[in-house]
Amino acid sequence: MHNKSSSTLLYLRTAFAWFFACVLFFPIFWLALMAFKTEAQAIASPPLLFFKPTLQSFYDVLERANYVDYAFNSLITSVASTVIGLMIAIPAAYSMAFFPNRSTIGILKFMLSSRFMPGVGALMPIYICYQYFGLLDTRIGLTIMFMLMNLPIMVWLLYTNLKELPKEILEAARMDGATLAHEFRYIVLPLATGGIASTALVCMVWAWNESFWSLNLGAANAGTLSWLIASMSSPEGLFWAKLSAASLMAIAPIMALGWFCQKQLVQGMTFGAVK
Amino acid sequence: MSRFISRALLTPAVLALSAVSIVPLLLTIFYSLVRYNLLEPSPFTFNGLTNFYYFFSDNAFVPALKNTFTLVLSVMLITVVLGAALGLLINDAFPGRAIVRVLLISPFLVMPSVNALMWKNMLLNPINGLIAQVSILFGCTPIDWLSQYPLFAIIIMVSWQWLPFACLIFMTALQSMDKEQLEAARMDGANYPQQLRYLYIPHLGRAISVVVMIEMIFILSVFAEIFTTTGGGPGFETTSITFMIYQQALLSYDVGSASAGALFAVLIANIAAFFLMRVIGKNLAK
Repeated sequence: MHNKSSSTLLYLRTAFAWFFACVLFFPIFWLALMAFKTEAQAIASPPLLFFKPTLQSFYDVLERANYVDYAFNSLITSVASTVIGLMIAIPAAYSMAFFPNRSTIGILKFMLSSRFMPGVGALMPIYICYQYFGLLDTRIGLTIMFMLMNLPIMVWLLYTNLKELPKEILEAARMDGATLAHEFRYIVLPLATGGIASTALVCMVWAWNESFWSLNLGAANAGTLSWLIASMSSPEGLFWAKLSAASLMAIAPIMALGWFCQKQLVQGMTFGAVK
Repeated sequence: MSRFISRALLTPAVLALSAVSIVPLLLTIFYSLVRYNLLEPSPFTFNGLTNFYYFFSDNAFVPALKNTFTLVLSVMLITVVLGAALGLLINDAFPGRAIVRVLLISPFLVMPSVNALMWKNMLLNPINGLIAQVSILFGCTPIDWLSQYPLFAIIIMVSWQWLPFACLIFMTALQSMDKEQLEAARMDGANYPQQLRYLYIPHLGRAISVVVMIEMIFILSVFAEIFTTTGGGPGFETTSITFMIYQQALLSYDVGSASAGALFAVLIANIAAFFLMRVIGKNLAK
């Protein structure tokens, strides 16, 4: 009796879970389907589920929109901002996790509260500053902005990770006369690789998808894929197949990465709330 | 010595974050007090509180404030409640759970401008959009979501993006629950609602504070979804505070008034941060 009811429960749970997952995923599936249609098929009524797929829209997008340039901008800015961010955040998190003092929590809170400052709050000064230094619509400008945007969260994530490391090992190493650089290179780094990787992953996703700064500080030169898609909204809004093809190409790289490293991504985002 | 090194390691991060928060804040305060329009050649005449007066008496201000609160609170409520429910649903093993997790995380990885255009065109378009087509199939009149219920449409888009985030954080939190405690509660005859009330939901407390914090940061500054779909309209129905400031700054080039608004946005964000930080600081600093 017990077995029967628990297996019914399993069927139900499985069915519901699959149902909701498919509902949530459906918009992406539909977008992907659109990308392989012709323009006429894309707006057919009733909507087509079965059709002969074509790559025409992809060719059109690649031909006209210099998709490759924008993808390159996205790649450069998200990778560079993450790497530079880590170079600043790791020492800071290390220092706070292993040499805590009275001001540590205060500094952490200051960092996180600086992330709470909405982008528009800093938009005017930063826009004028960027204009002055000629950073508007440059990859360097966007990289700096993405890095600064992710830095507070990076420090927090790394801090919560490093704090979990056993202090005894470090003390033992120090007793044996290891210098700070050695201690970091041979003990902390190997133990913290997982945490650093998932932090980097989260920040890379956020930089790739960032759209406030890339829309306001970027344009045709340094525009990221996010900018490209937003700029297609009015003129090409009616060409659904091309819009879908461009969108699919814009989300595919980061989605593939996210799927592949799903576990690390989720782990990275828990902010130490889950032990 | 180690004190010196620890300071030195911390300094770059603190300097960088000060540069991006305190310096712009001071400049914004300065701009908000002067007359400064990028289209007018003579800059910087002291203007008192006129900019604030213009910002607060702008027709868009009250709707924008209301829309911002509606958006943030609705999205949070939807994502936390549904996220927790979904998290509980996929907590125990079932066939294909790995694939379900991959499907579930996907919306989180979609960039906001793609999210917005996808919903605007392929799904919500009143003529060729999928939802309209399906409702025609069932003999109903299709609804033009973005002009009839624009804010609702934006809420759906943003919730769709953030639901996976909430769900997966909750699921990860549930995985770390004490199995023996649960087993013991079951042995003692606790039914599912009781287990929820006394075991699952208290355990999710920390995860909820993380979800609320991250979502607060991102949803207070939702921009691309509005920019690419409604442009704040029709009327002011989807103008948020963020979008209103953007319009004043980069569309009318009125730096003074935009800065006054920006200070207001910073104030709202800091009030939110203040309360959150007390809860989260307590949770995370342990």
